[in-house]
Amino acid sequence: MPETSASPDPQRRRWMAVLARADGAAIAERLAQWGEPPGFTRLRGPESGLVMVRGRTGGNGAAFNLGEITVTRCSVRVPSGQIGHDFVGHAYVTGRDERQAELAALVDALLQDPDRRDSVRSAVIDPLAQAQQQARELVAAKAAATKVQFFSMRTMRT
Amino acid sequence: MSTTLSAGFTNPVADAQRCFRAVLEAMSRPGTVLRVGAEQPPPCLSPAAAAVLLSLVDHETPLWLDPAAEAAWDWIAFHCGAPRTGSASAAHFAVTMTWLDLAGWNPGTHETPETSTTVIAEVASLAAGCRYRLSGPGLRVPKIMAVDGLPADFVASWRRNHTLYPLGVDLILCAGDMMTALPRSVAIEEA
Repeated sequence: MPETSASPDPQRRRWMAVLARADGAAIAERLAQWGEPPGFTRLRGPESGLVMVRGRTGGNGAAFNLGEITVTRCSVRVPSGQIGHDFVGHAYVTGRDERQAELAALVDALLQDPDRRDSVRSAVIDPLAQAQQQARELVAAKAAATKVQFFSMRTMRT
Repeated sequence: MSTTLSAGFTNPVADAQRCFRAVLEAMSRPGTVLRVGAEQPPPCLSPAAAAVLLSLVDHETPLWLDPAAEAAWDWIAFHCGAPRTGSASAAHFAVTMTWLDLAGWNPGTHETPETSTTVIAEVASLAAGCRYRLSGPGLRVPKIMAVDGLPADFVASWRRNHTLYPLGVDLILCAGDMMTALPRSVAIEEA
């Protein structure tokens, strides 16, 4: 497979990262609060397949195949106000949640539309990102509570 | 991305299998005209050419695209994922809108004759026009084929291609939602 360059748009990478971690039901719930989603056309999928995950020992060794993961992808086209300037959203998510892939692609397309971007971001992306951050902090707090402090080593270091 | 990208096959697996079977049939019995078609072809391309591309072209087959069909590239890149090549001799598949001489394409090598270019050519019609007599493997008796859109020196150009056998270029002709194929093994003369 040829090397592909990362998306040049850091904002888009951020919203896709949030959508990739949210499940389909959560996206649907947030999207319903934003409003009635526009009609969209499925260009491809949603369809599931396998993707080979590759890794490098220590981050700089020779690449090796770690294993295959299930990935579901979907691409949709959302009409904009102008004819001939539709927005195409793409989503690749791990797992087999076809609804998540489809809704993530839809939200991606909506976020590319400058007229809808701000409202979709505050209604969908920000709450999802906040919920994900809280879940991470909860896990971190639970782990932190079980941390063992070695008294003698602490005193030696200070 | 702001675009008018359209969908590929409605049923990707079944439609691609049906189109592949049609190409196989046309290659086995040269000159057989069959109906294939993608429901939403990209701008510039006929439904038949779009369906053949969806069925045969993928990321392992470098594609040469006629600059006149530039508007179709986004669609091909999205649905087929084929790398684009500017070199006619490196192309596994080629899409031509106007006729280009067969000599420029890759005829394959004696070790790997299957790596030659398959040219998908758009023509005006497969029902009327200049008549050609086809003979060779797959045809019990010579077959008459009518094509509108091939140049006057097509027969001479094809003869040079045919004499390279087992090397040579295979041709898929598309017009609207009709498609036929001319494998390198077939001999063509004017009828």
